[in-house]
Amino acid sequence: MHRKTKLGKLIESYPFVMGWMIENKLDPEGKENMDLEEILDEFSPEEIENLAMDKAGLMEGLEVFVEQMKSFLGIKEETSVRTLTILPGRDKSGSPEGFDELTIKASEIVSIVGPTGSGKSRLLADIEWTAQSDTPTGRSILINGELPDRKWRFSSNNKLVAQLSQNMNFVMDLTVIEFLQLHAESRMVVDIEGTIYRIIQAANSLAGEKFDPETPVTALSGGQSRALMIADTAILSTSPIVLIDEIENAGIDRRKALDLLVSEDKIVLMATHDPTLALIADKRIIIKNGGIASIIETSEEEKSILVELEKMDSFIQSMRTNLRQGEVLKTINN
Amino acid sequence: MNLVIFSGPPSSGKTSIILKTIDSMKKRDIKAGVVKFDCLSTDDDILYEKAGIPVKKGLSGALCPDHYFASNIEEVVQWGVKSGLDLLVTESAGLCNRCSPYIREIKGVCVIDNLSGINTPKKIGPMLKAADIVVITKGDIVSQAEREVFSSRVNSVNPKATIMHINGLTGQGAYELSTLLYDEDSQLETVQGMELRYPMPSALCSYCLGETRIGEAYQMGNVRKIELGDDYA
Repeated sequence: MHRKTKLGKLIESYPFVMGWMIENKLDPEGKENMDLEEILDEFSPEEIENLAMDKAGLMEGLEVFVEQMKSFLGIKEETSVRTLTILPGRDKSGSPEGFDELTIKASEIVSIVGPTGSGKSRLLADIEWTAQSDTPTGRSILINGELPDRKWRFSSNNKLVAQLSQNMNFVMDLTVIEFLQLHAESRMVVDIEGTIYRIIQAANSLAGEKFDPETPVTALSGGQSRALMIADTAILSTSPIVLIDEIENAGIDRRKALDLLVSEDKIVLMATHDPTLALIADKRIIIKNGGIASIIETSEEEKSILVELEKMDSFIQSMRTNLRQGEVLKTINN
Repeated sequence: MNLVIFSGPPSSGKTSIILKTIDSMKKRDIKAGVVKFDCLSTDDDILYEKAGIPVKKGLSGALCPDHYFASNIEEVVQWGVKSGLDLLVTESAGLCNRCSPYIREIKGVCVIDNLSGINTPKKIGPMLKAADIVVITKGDIVSQAEREVFSSRVNSVNPKATIMHINGLTGQGAYELSTLLYDEDSQLETVQGMELRYPMPSALCSYCLGETRIGEAYQMGNVRKIELGDDYA
């Protein structure tokens, strides 16, 4: 019964209760020797009405919140998702999908290709929801080879999937440091300063142009924003699976970005039509008519094409750098 | 019949979410209808009609929209029952972010969007805090980090709710929501005698009755003054 514990003691055992008090507009200042019931009893009926406060709801809420946070912090250590398995269902016409079973291991990259509207969103949603033949496709998802825990469906703190979509922006009015601090706090990170430093370093190694940690996030360039989002997701997000919807070309080293995600032991699924990215993956899922039509392993020949593509890419990148530095571009002689 | 009450700030994506959710129910032969509550005007009924969904709209006009909702919900339920609906969805904008038209024992869904800012969960009253399901929209246009911070804030003001991220454009997540909204065994015939989850603000002052003049002499009834401190002479 946390509502009967003195606030000072409660915050000592569960520091996150402080944030809970503030979010619920209960000023914790000077209330160390009171329990929640006593704190709520201090409000007059008029204040309760003005604040639209629900005493019973708050007391129950505190109990639920502390239990959730305890299990969230506990899960963190044993959260490891080693494999993700997709079992086939049907396409839009009801025909069975063209594969038997797809197992993706941690640190593996799989790309997803298929025209717009072919069913990529549905596949991503099936994974997010850990489908059990209970979605329109009839697919099933296994985690570590077993039926997944239902917590993945409903926990707001422990989402299975982090998603990086194409048009993401920062909308908060904060500097990079403040922003990362806020995110780290909400993730209950212990070494906040060290984590922030690691993220900024990683982001700067991905972006063409380095940024100052005191820059407002809304003032970052497109490339810098994407770099920061990717570094932040790799290092701070607890979600073991990352879904990427097309990493845009400009201003970011995409190879390094994927390496960073993979080195943090994430499973990476990436929807893309860019040949360089598609071939970096070990396998690619072909989606047609709402279903997985086939799964292609990247062949030796394709890997050698990738080498060529990467050369072209780095050539374009270097041209871009030269342009940025005010140089005059020269024709290539070969 | 099942009844689900949707509310949420203006432009948070309620209509898109309801449309996508009902769409994914059609394949399961669930007949759904919508009643849209708004204040001055709405064209959302046209969107529902286009999608082939039976729809009625109610405009509260000069009345508080949530009071209007509470005075009309029973009639609306009777319309749904007569129309042979399996699921009736009501949609209303919580206009001052305070009220919630949620009824005990009836599923309440609050739709809010990531763009509204991370302090929004703190600002919204029972509309968010008393909801059973909180749907967060527009996640595809903010960073993953902001999404995580936003949903953790929602969670701290309403830890009991199921929090879902749904993309109103692609419908990602809408099917999943639909599975939580419809229960075959629920046979609702009336909401007569049921209770609101939270009382609506009491207000009865001269302005409620049509007064337009400013000044102490014209203020009567439930009037409260702002505290401006000592520097106010």
